Amino acid sequence: MPASKEKKLEMLRSMLLARKFEEELTELCKIKNKIPGMMILCTGQEAVGAGVCAALEADDVIITNHRSHSHLLAKGADPKLLMAEIFCKRTGCNKGKSGTLHLAVPEVNAPCTTTVVGGGPPIAVGRAFAQQYRGEKRVTVCFIGDGAANEGSVHEAMNLASVWRLPVVFVCENNVYAGAQRYEEHTRAANIADRAAGYGMPGVVVDGNDAAAVYDSVREARERALAGEGPTLIEYKTYRWRGHGENDMQLYQPKDEIARWQAACPIPRLRADMLAEGLVTADEVRTMEAQAESVVLEAIRFAEDSPYPEPHEALEDVFA
Amino acid sequence: MQKLGMGQAVNQALREEMVRDPGVFIAGEGVGVSIHDSPMLPTHGLLAEFGPKRVKDTPVSEAAIAGLAVGAAEAGLRPVIEIMFNPFFTLASDMIVNHAAKLRYLSGGKSSFPLVVRMKSGAGFGAGCQHSHNLEAWVAHCPGLKVVMPSTPADAKGLLKSAIRDPNPVVFIEDMMLYFAPGPVPEGEYLIPIGKADVKRPGRDVTVVTWSKMLGVALGAAGKLAAEGIEAEVVDLRTLSPLDTETILASVRKTGRLVVLHEASRTGGFAGEVAAVVMEQAFESLKAPLRRVTGPDIPVPASPPLERFYIPDEGQLIAAVKDIV
Repeated sequence: MPASKEKKLEMLRSMLLARKFEEELTELCKIKNKIPGMMILCTGQEAVGAGVCAALEADDVIITNHRSHSHLLAKGADPKLLMAEIFCKRTGCNKGKSGTLHLAVPEVNAPCTTTVVGGGPPIAVGRAFAQQYRGEKRVTVCFIGDGAANEGSVHEAMNLASVWRLPVVFVCENNVYAGAQRYEEHTRAANIADRAAGYGMPGVVVDGNDAAAVYDSVREARERALAGEGPTLIEYKTYRWRGHGENDMQLYQPKDEIARWQAACPIPRLRADMLAEGLVTADEVRTMEAQAESVVLEAIRFAEDSPYPEPHEALEDVFA
Repeated sequence: MQKLGMGQAVNQALREEMVRDPGVFIAGEGVGVSIHDSPMLPTHGLLAEFGPKRVKDTPVSEAAIAGLAVGAAEAGLRPVIEIMFNPFFTLASDMIVNHAAKLRYLSGGKSSFPLVVRMKSGAGFGAGCQHSHNLEAWVAHCPGLKVVMPSTPADAKGLLKSAIRDPNPVVFIEDMMLYFAPGPVPEGEYLIPIGKADVKRPGRDVTVVTWSKMLGVALGAAGKLAAEGIEAEVVDLRTLSPLDTETILASVRKTGRLVVLHEASRTGGFAGEVAAVVMEQAFESLKAPLRRVTGPDIPVPASPPLERFYIPDEGQLIAAVKDIV
């Protein structure tokens, strides 16, 4: 079933929120010592997180990777608690233990952001095994990038998920670059999804800047998983506007290539479709943008006003 | 009292815990249908009793097996996975070291990972260094993991039951040679706490700290030393992490002398950690320099005389004790 008006509104709202969230982070990163550590953004790829999570139910699980902000926001994580964690404050969703790179939000069934490239799929297999073991009508989505597709752990996880017919949806965001390597330099196959055949599962290539198409593809994979037919590998073709991280000078990314993809931005695309279909008015879109801005600014205020953890808190939370 | 090999004792623990808690499942290569099936082995008969839903034979795929445990544990199940041989831990290590051990911390204490990684270890069966390589010091070095290494069948049963009930990841290392050395195991339900060492033989002249298969070497040597009037106290760590420093320190303060014995190779071995604890906290009690008796810094060789050369024996321990008593 194609995305309803409500689902399209949800996706647009989610993309606007993620975009504003990360645009502010881009600016904050320019201020010395404002945000500790690295900053990895998914600007331009928001349709994937928004479309995938709109297609999921609240009890479905996502396991995500280093480029996680839009995934987590779309899954319903509280922007204030995420922002405070990104600022490494005690009020953050992980008490400052994870920072921006390892955000864990089990309360919205997003229990693991792993920055070990390829670390997510084996864990997704375990989470989906638990769903199958208990007979739950739930699925687990695992987000990886095109770079992760060359990790051995991904191969092992896809094979086991398929052999056991586990309810996993492997989502590969092919954003053209793995670090500084272009896709053609690290992978010979035309599509990552072509590898699905080797695991005996469907492999689908989808326009990753088309939120509605992302939604449709995940609904289908979810139905298949719930029917006991096992995992699906969906590859979303998209593009990384920013560098690997905010300190990446992007010397290897042609400027005209970035410009082309910026012209194919997923947000105006969904907005234009919705305006044309009469699902939303220009005024309503402006209101949604203002709401996103207000939520993000409030999150930043909350994060800035929050205290850092006390040093001795470093010793807590190792063991249960 | 029943006499069981360590594999049989592990088997009893698995069976009892699977009966007690429907969330306990086991997974690994050949845990159901095995190329090595024998009543002496840990998972024998469990497939027939509990069925393929709870006894999961996996592909040869250590990273996936370990990830299965991490994800399932986060969801609240109680996975007990098997890594067939300790050296294959390297293939599973990202899931255990970077994920099982760290994800609770990264969640700020929101998630927990109640899983057990059983690994078969030890030299002595001629398979060479890619099947025999004791890596307990590696895992003990990782915050967030508990490391258990039993020396007797009775300890193995009680410790494994505790490991399965523990809310944290536990690496449980079984020396395969002990599968074929039957010992007394109490009937019925009992638990042995993780993190408690056990004085297996009291003595006044020297403390021998050891664990796993080397306990047999320590007790054998202690018997011979006693005939010469030297009373060795043998402390079996049972758990490397968290380390029971109290029991080690109390023994060394009594005897004034320490020898640490392990099968693993020497440099960076866990004997160094035990030695450092004693030097930091009981230096004034030492009447002589401490000694380490360990495997040499070589891969475990295959040829029987070379493998025997590798494994520390009673003669080496006796010589080390006599050197400082």
